[in-house]
Amino acid sequence: MTTFSAAEAVLDQVVRLEKVESADQKRARLSTGSLVVAAGLLLLGLSFGAGQIAHFAMSNAFDEVQLPTFAVPAGPAVLISAVLCLAAGVGLISGRLSPAWRRAAGVVAGTSFLFGFLSWAAATSALPFPVSNQLSGTVATATPLILGALAGVIGERAGVVNVAIEGQFLNAAFAAGIVGSITKSIPAALVAAVLTAVATAALLALFAIKYLMDQVVLGVVINLLASGLTGFLFDQLVQPQSRVLNSAPTMQPIPLGPLANIPFLGPILFNQTILVYLAVLSVAVVWVLLFKTRWGLRVRAVGEHPKAADTVGISVVAVRWQAVLVGGIFAGLGGAFFTVGSTGSFAKDLTVGNGFIALAALIMGRWHPIWAALMALFFGFVTQMASQLQTLSTPVPSEFLLLLPYIATIVAVAGLIGRSRAPAADGTPYIK
Amino acid sequence: MTAQHDAGLQLREITKKFGTFVANDAVSLDVQPGEIHCLLGENGAGKSTLMNVLYGLLQPDGGQIILDGEELHVENPRQAMAAGIGMVHQHFMLVEVFTVAENLILGREGGPVLNLEKARAKVTELAGRYNLPVDPDARIEDLPVGIQQRVEILKALANDAKYLVFDEPTAVLTPQEIDELMIVMQKLRDDGKGIVFITHKLREVRAIADRITVLRRGKIVGSAEPGTSESELAELMVGRAVDLRIAKPEAKVGQIRLSVKGLTVANPAGAVVVDGLDFEVASGEILCIAGVQGNGQSELADALLGNAQVTSGTVTLDGVDVTHSNPRQTIAAGLGFVPEDRQHDGYVANFTVAENLVLNRFTTQPFSKGLALDLKAIADNATDLVERYDIRTESITKLASQLSGGNAQKLVLARELSRDLALLVASQPTRGVDVGAIEFLHKRIVAERDTGAAVVIVSTELEEVEALADRVLVMYRGKAVGIVSPETPRDVLGLMMAGVPYEEALANSKAAATGKDN
Ligand SMILES: Nc1ncnc2c1ncn2[C@@H]1O[C@H](COP(=O)(O)OP(=O)(O)OP(=O)(O)O)[C@@H](O)[C@H]1O
Ligand SMILES: [Mg+2]
Repeated sequence: MTTFSAAEAVLDQVVRLEKVESADQKRARLSTGSLVVAAGLLLLGLSFGAGQIAHFAMSNAFDEVQLPTFAVPAGPAVLISAVLCLAAGVGLISGRLSPAWRRAAGVVAGTSFLFGFLSWAAATSALPFPVSNQLSGTVATATPLILGALAGVIGERAGVVNVAIEGQFLNAAFAAGIVGSITKSIPAALVAAVLTAVATAALLALFAIKYLMDQVVLGVVINLLASGLTGFLFDQLVQPQSRVLNSAPTMQPIPLGPLANIPFLGPILFNQTILVYLAVLSVAVVWVLLFKTRWGLRVRAVGEHPKAADTVGISVVAVRWQAVLVGGIFAGLGGAFFTVGSTGSFAKDLTVGNGFIALAALIMGRWHPIWAALMALFFGFVTQMASQLQTLSTPVPSEFLLLLPYIATIVAVAGLIGRSRAPAADGTPYIK
Repeated sequence: MTAQHDAGLQLREITKKFGTFVANDAVSLDVQPGEIHCLLGENGAGKSTLMNVLYGLLQPDGGQIILDGEELHVENPRQAMAAGIGMVHQHFMLVEVFTVAENLILGREGGPVLNLEKARAKVTELAGRYNLPVDPDARIEDLPVGIQQRVEILKALANDAKYLVFDEPTAVLTPQEIDELMIVMQKLRDDGKGIVFITHKLREVRAIADRITVLRRGKIVGSAEPGTSESELAELMVGRAVDLRIAKPEAKVGQIRLSVKGLTVANPAGAVVVDGLDFEVASGEILCIAGVQGNGQSELADALLGNAQVTSGTVTLDGVDVTHSNPRQTIAAGLGFVPEDRQHDGYVANFTVAENLVLNRFTTQPFSKGLALDLKAIADNATDLVERYDIRTESITKLASQLSGGNAQKLVLARELSRDLALLVASQPTRGVDVGAIEFLHKRIVAERDTGAAVVIVSTELEEVEALADRVLVMYRGKAVGIVSPETPRDVLGLMMAGVPYEEALANSKAAATGKDN
């Protein structure tokens, strides 16, 4: 048998084989490259019609430190951006770039498109484009998205698809609104929101895990239920006494000591509401939970191969329940944003699809808490930009601006991200 | 009963039914510390079912489990593990996206905070103790099946179980790996563990069994002494005499049907895994591709199917260039394909047996009429194939996922061999099937050859290669080391599988032989 050992010994050495490009890599290269080239061409077109000067305000009127407003000649700025974008696109398509250069090209393409587009848009208006508002608004808008995406990440890692983030948001927002109005206490409102979202999660868990219902259908049903229930209660209960039941206190920004006084960055990052800080903390918490704890390992195992988990003595059903309920905590915090985190009052269906954007963020973030949070920030950025541009009254129709976040979703999913892989048993009930 | 009989682990009168079907009918079996008890039986005899009952994955409808004289209730695997029972499952129970270390500590993390450092140390320690080397940081999905099996075994050992069940661990192992596993099992026995060992390879039984029990159609049909010959064991299992080596008529080689020229294939990660391969297969001829697993055989088979990225070279079938055809086109051109991983690629687990038996033909006559399926024709086809291929299932409407491992394999072969083929490409065609079925399937494959098809068999099993091949192509790192006759001595083939060219291998083996004679 020595001959077999010889064969094995040779094979035990790592086989280093020559590399060529695979079909997947080629598809990703071509689609990303063409997308960037298309963006460059768009800018090139815009550069001919660009106005004179684009103003960018680096701080707003209330900031401690006032920074100057920059004036940029729009035509050349857009043209340069277009050229950079085109160059990056061509580079990407050529396939001659090393991984590091590829990443650099992606960054150049993204920033130059953004800069070019904003220069063009800002030049159409006499008012400056408020850069610092844009960024601090991004953080605020992204907060519920981050929290919602985290809720989804935990549930789906355990194998339970959560299309009901929207419903969890809505119920939690409603509860936070009422409890906040009655108690005038933000902590009480947050607790109410969390409890409500966890209860909604329990409904999801019950039907998905115990009664093995199709999880996507179930999610849709829960969303409809949340919309109907909160709408009904709002009409019957809240509306008639809105002074008592629909006037919750709102969260105030909490400056984080001297950090808040850092020029430019301070007001953006360190003068936000408690919910924003909680969201950032939650990303870290979920990451640690999933990847550094026993519980996280089990959650990921039951989401990938529940039977394997079962054979080593893990209760698949219990772990899935826990994951969905823990997810509910984050969804609840996210839901509270819409009432006590913004105006303090509830309105019918006031979450307007944020739950679905959170879902998109978690899928584009490949079921990873940190990537999902970054994707949520990206969506927050686009949403915020749309509303900033609306106030600048640019020639872009406002309906189109409202579409921006959704277009960004499609583009990102189709072109930039490529294939992403869900947990293998995501959405599949476990039957012994 | 004497006290002596109460010792060890005993299954008493275990009955397990699936609906009306009785998979285990009052089966009694025991295993004592320090012995290896081989459990033999045809595909679908109920071996895995019995062991799953013992391990708490299935609940019995009757019977008792007794451990050291006391009744043991196992409602779930946790209780089985707590009682000191470990199991290596027939179908891997590994989380593919986890590393080896993560798989090993899953369920026994030892504290709320993950300690991967400790897990790695544990892998290295166990691997060293049982001489089953494996990289603790490798992801399961990147490992060849043989190594995955190793991980599965380490997992069972990690628990310090007193009783171990090995459910067909050798089906996916190379001969060398099997030898290593035998040594591990002997060592475990000498350490005082009680082992139940399930296998279809009678040579292994003869090598290692202390006791042998045979199960057929859910009942114990007898036991045998360790020295019993292979043909006697085969007869006991199947209930009739079995040809362990089929008589194969001389090949009547016709014109070339499959011609492969300079074929180069890249895997999804972009590595070149088949490197400039040239060969031809004629009508009425079986070409076996031999080699140690992971030398490009799987990718070659996928390329013939049209499911791999061919970067250069051509594949011609009956004069038509099919290099860039997709699987639907190659199948239409007359390709029968048996994939290596039946669970993943061979059948749709939650389709019925009948549906699975027409997967390659449901769009054509006689199974479809216009836009509708002809359910009668599909059912008739299934009844016929189930009968002819002896697929053990109570009904053709049973889900494929409920078939036993070997019967699922028969299902795939039945489907692929049930129509006229120009080319049959089969990878590990008899993996996990019992000796009776191997005999039958080998005859069917030779019959397919004799109808004029070109046949390509990918096998890591030298016995199968010797039984089937008219010519043997040895692959090493994506290249052909040579094409030789099936009569080539095994040690020469072995050397070739390590990349040594034929002449040199022959010279080496002769030198070694004379060396031994002196
Ligand atoms: N979950 C299930 N539902 C219905 N029938 C099942 C189920 N699991 C197994 N069976 C049936 O029970 C019988 C015994 O299956 P089992 O897996 O125990 O066979 P086996 O002896 O291990 O065979 P093999 O050697 O092929 O692995 C088979 O006929 C199989 O179809
Ligand atoms: Mg079995």
